[in-house]
Amino acid sequence: MNLFVEGLRQMLGAEPRRPAKEDYTEEAKKLHAFKKTPEQRERRRRMIEEELAHKKESFAWRKWRWPTIIVINLLFVISYHFDVQLVEGALTASRVLGFHFADLNSALQVTLAFKEVLINLLIGVTTVAILWWLVGGRSFCAWTCPYHLVSEWVEILHLKLVERGWAMDIPLDRRLRSILYVAFAVLTFASGYMVYEWISPTGILSRAIIYGTWISTSFVGVLLLIELFFVRRMWCRYMCPIGLTYSFIGATSPTVVHYDLEKCLHEGECRKVCLVPHVLDVTIKGRATRPHIDIGADCTRCAMCIEACPTGALSFRVKGLDKLL
Amino acid sequence: MSENDKDRPAQGGGKKKAPARPYDGPRRTARRKKLSRKQQARRQFLLSVLAGAGLLGFSLTGYYPIATYARAENRLRPPGAIDEHEFLAACIKCGQCVQVCPVEAIILADFPDGFGNGTPHIVAREQACDFSCDAVQCVLACPTGALSHHIDKKEQVRMGLAVLKRPELCLARKGLGFKGLARGEDFSGLHRYIEVDRWRPIRVADHPYDLEICDLCVRECPIKGAIRLEPLGDDPNDKRKTPVVTDKCVGCGMCEMICPTEPPAIVVVPRLKYGETTS
Repeated sequence: MNLFVEGLRQMLGAEPRRPAKEDYTEEAKKLHAFKKTPEQRERRRRMIEEELAHKKESFAWRKWRWPTIIVINLLFVISYHFDVQLVEGALTASRVLGFHFADLNSALQVTLAFKEVLINLLIGVTTVAILWWLVGGRSFCAWTCPYHLVSEWVEILHLKLVERGWAMDIPLDRRLRSILYVAFAVLTFASGYMVYEWISPTGILSRAIIYGTWISTSFVGVLLLIELFFVRRMWCRYMCPIGLTYSFIGATSPTVVHYDLEKCLHEGECRKVCLVPHVLDVTIKGRATRPHIDIGADCTRCAMCIEACPTGALSFRVKGLDKLL
Repeated sequence: MSENDKDRPAQGGGKKKAPARPYDGPRRTARRKKLSRKQQARRQFLLSVLAGAGLLGFSLTGYYPIATYARAENRLRPPGAIDEHEFLAACIKCGQCVQVCPVEAIILADFPDGFGNGTPHIVAREQACDFSCDAVQCVLACPTGALSHHIDKKEQVRMGLAVLKRPELCLARKGLGFKGLARGEDFSGLHRYIEVDRWRPIRVADHPYDLEICDLCVRECPIKGAIRLEPLGDDPNDKRKTPVVTDKCVGCGMCEMICPTEPPAIVVVPRLKYGETTS
């Protein structure tokens, strides 16, 4: 089983597969066998007990990530209202210190609707694609998208409501996102209108805070209400085409969350907090085919799993950087 | 069924209440019984189809506004806007044109505009485009060419056409002059008066007029020769005059903003070309 291909399959909505026997490296086999010894089991059992008894929520990364989202979005607002011209425009397209930037998904829609490749967009898209490729692709979601932030806050509330039985958590089929992606692309191409953009919560929120177009946020409100009471993180998990666009970029990105089988207790705290838990299926006991694995394309690099992991089995890694230094 | 306790005919004396049931967790109705794996998968699939279809269906309703109240002739697009259907396709909804306009004439459409959500337009009566930027800044700012980059002079712009919609209100046609503030002292609109400040637009409310015959639409028009006053009759003593719009009109809406009558006698009709008539 090729882990890269498996990551792409999962990104498009396939359920994670169990690896076959021949997929495991010798080292991984040894580690799994070692973890099965009674002493090791007992040791892990004690450690998990200890961990759960002293559970404390960590904000080690969120204390950086949340301000990053806020600062990036505020930069647009400040640039416009105080005329400092750092970042002019909105998240869909902008000039950053005079250089064209274009959101990949918005540019794709314009190209499909307008049926012409625009030079400025090409420049903007290339710049943005390289930047997000460097830092992880879907890191756009977790580190820039304003909807992601409000959705995260609603999720905290949602989990509390579910605990008390006041809200449901209905899972949807993850293939939905891929189908919507194609459907929006076809509709945009056929109609010549940007069918998705007018309901895009990312664009809506970005323009609302910059230009005051607040009526649009009523749609965002409806989405958040559904997420609060019925489907946890519905938009980001099952619908958003922007997320899928950026996960294509993230598939080969050097910035990844790295998994260390040896340190893992397999208690599953990381999968509980993850927006896209299928990418963390390798952390299930016996699933990792290698002792060290980089997490798949769909990962938003939000670092919630890193915060949740008590043993440091999950960490950020920039491929090639260790060789460079 | 303990749930039906209260419905059961009371035994041994009418006033006796059924004993309170000890709390043993949230009650489950028969419907909420654990579904089998297959049923669960089916339900998940159906709900997903429903959610997806609902979202796609809703997204398509965005067509209604641009076919009705937000259609081409109801939205005055910024200078250089290409044909409406193509404009809606090419505009990336970033608002960079909004940011560069010195008189803040351009505003972004909101949710009720459907597919037009986030696209720029001008409400001429509130704040017209008066070209005080000199070099069509909005066109230069547009990253996609939805505002055509083929335009580099204000004279090349064709946003629409000024039309004397309510001739019966026009002061010049009545032979009347105009004294005072064109739009009252609360009006927030800006205009660059070259004779006042070449570089900075000021409030129309800070610029009173005293005119023998009202020629505001001609006087404040930023395009040379786009509009002129012509005598109404042949009699040289007849003071009455009428504004005549020529093929040089770019449809910026300045005449609509400055017209002192309420509602304005002259308005700009978006997308209308010279020689065409309004329907």
